[in-house]
Amino acid sequence: MSRLPSSDLPGDFYFGKIPTYTAMIRFEHVSKIYNSHSVALKSVSFEVKPQEFVSVVGRSGAGKSTLLKLLIAEEKPTGGRIFFNKQNILKMPAKELPFLRRQIGAVFQDFKLLPNKTAYENVAFAMEVAGKSEAEIQNDVGRVLDLVGLKNKKDNFPRELSGGEKQRVAIARAMVHRPSVIVADEPTGNLDPINTWDIIRLLIKINELGTTVILATHDKEIINALERRVVSLENGVVSRDENPGRYILS
Amino acid sequence: MLNFWRNGWLSTATVLIMTVTLVVWTSIFLLNVVLTSVLDVLVEKVDISVYFNLGAKEMDILALKSKLEGMGEVNSVEYISAEQALPIFKKRHADNDIFIKSLQEIGINPLEASLNILAKNLSQYPAITAFLNQDQYKGIITNITYTENKDAIDRLSNIIKVLRESGVAASLILAFIAFLVAFNTVRLAIYSAREEITVMKLVGASNWFVRGPFIVEGVLHGVVASIISFMIVIPGIGFLGPKLFDFLPNINLVSYIGDNFWPLLLFQTLGGIILGVFSSWVAVRKYLKV
Repeated sequence: MSRLPSSDLPGDFYFGKIPTYTAMIRFEHVSKIYNSHSVALKSVSFEVKPQEFVSVVGRSGAGKSTLLKLLIAEEKPTGGRIFFNKQNILKMPAKELPFLRRQIGAVFQDFKLLPNKTAYENVAFAMEVAGKSEAEIQNDVGRVLDLVGLKNKKDNFPRELSGGEKQRVAIARAMVHRPSVIVADEPTGNLDPINTWDIIRLLIKINELGTTVILATHDKEIINALERRVVSLENGVVSRDENPGRYILS
Repeated sequence: MLNFWRNGWLSTATVLIMTVTLVVWTSIFLLNVVLTSVLDVLVEKVDISVYFNLGAKEMDILALKSKLEGMGEVNSVEYISAEQALPIFKKRHADNDIFIKSLQEIGINPLEASLNILAKNLSQYPAITAFLNQDQYKGIITNITYTENKDAIDRLSNIIKVLRESGVAASLILAFIAFLVAFNTVRLAIYSAREEITVMKLVGASNWFVRGPFIVEGVLHGVVASIISFMIVIPGIGFLGPKLFDFLPNINLVSYIGDNFWPLLLFQTLGGIILGVFSSWVAVRKYLKV
């Protein structure tokens, strides 16, 4: 199977800087133990290079979401070290976390859009948070909504958008800080097949424009069609790490 | 700021609960003012009198008076000479023929000079009495009324003490309950915004960026609640004050409010702001840990 074609989205939006180190993200023996009956991750180690497209696969409960939550410091691991651009994010003081989160754009299965803000406001909001000027916000939000193909729906509230459109808004919000990494946790979990492929094509497009993408999913078809690197998690440990990889779980 | 209007219903509920809390606080405070003045009036009604025999020299009595005035326990001492005592006695018993006739019968002034002593505190009368019971004064003093009224004074002293203490305790408990109600209302309001807070944090908002609007909202709620509360309390006093005045002529709540309008308004507004800001602060903190 050939690679998925990237869609005809406009490409005039610049993403990410070209980093000079080989490993952008490094997990070193990372464990997350909720309690003795619930171990999410056991000594997980792997690296992600700049501009890679990595899929993290595994059954529900294999630890995919936990892995991504650790990267954006939504949760703390019980052991190990996590590096982002050579910085140990576990040693990062709480007041620097906002800056980390502006460099790592996160996309969630349940979109996490604010229901009382329009598509435009939801994206603009992520820039207001960073204290950007009104002119900058107008310019960048317009471009990023254009990129995800929602320019004509910018004044719609999330309840007026389809699932796929909501996820596009969420991706726009994640992209608006021009992060070097996009972390997507089951972004297509709530979508029908057509919308699913739209979102995946959008992520490929973003990756081709220079942004690292880490995609967590349990969708076999997507993984096998992508033909990119696959990290498989089983019972909290990395069972395979192949490039290009396929969806193989024992 | 926008949220204050967007969440209209929630804001209204929060403001109303905070208003009730402030009204309760102010009422408790005013009740304490009333209770304190009632008790003060009662305490002022209690004094002791020391009577001197007819042979006591005025010089000695005045010397004792100034000594008493030098004591820390004594609030005031009033000297009533035998001559002054007579018209007072006549006036007090003007409608009692037997007393007036007896006085005329005797022909001379049978009344003794006396000192009326007002202590600063009810519990200090025994000490003052002990001072007067010293041997050096035995020769001139015939009678100290404390000895006669001891039981009554002690009992009153106890009652006042219990009333003061239980008044303070009840006020503190009530004020705390009112605080808890308001605090939990604010927490509920912020609970409804918890997802918004999480999203803000996940897209890279600093704690202050998230907290700021809630604090501003807390201030707004506090100020509005205090204004409404004042619009309830002031007419309330206007209505109840005169009725209370008929009962207890020493207590004029209307003029008390008139004298203390600005401090009361200031404290109520401060109370509202502190209540709103504190509740918001604590409630938001819980959801900032993302």
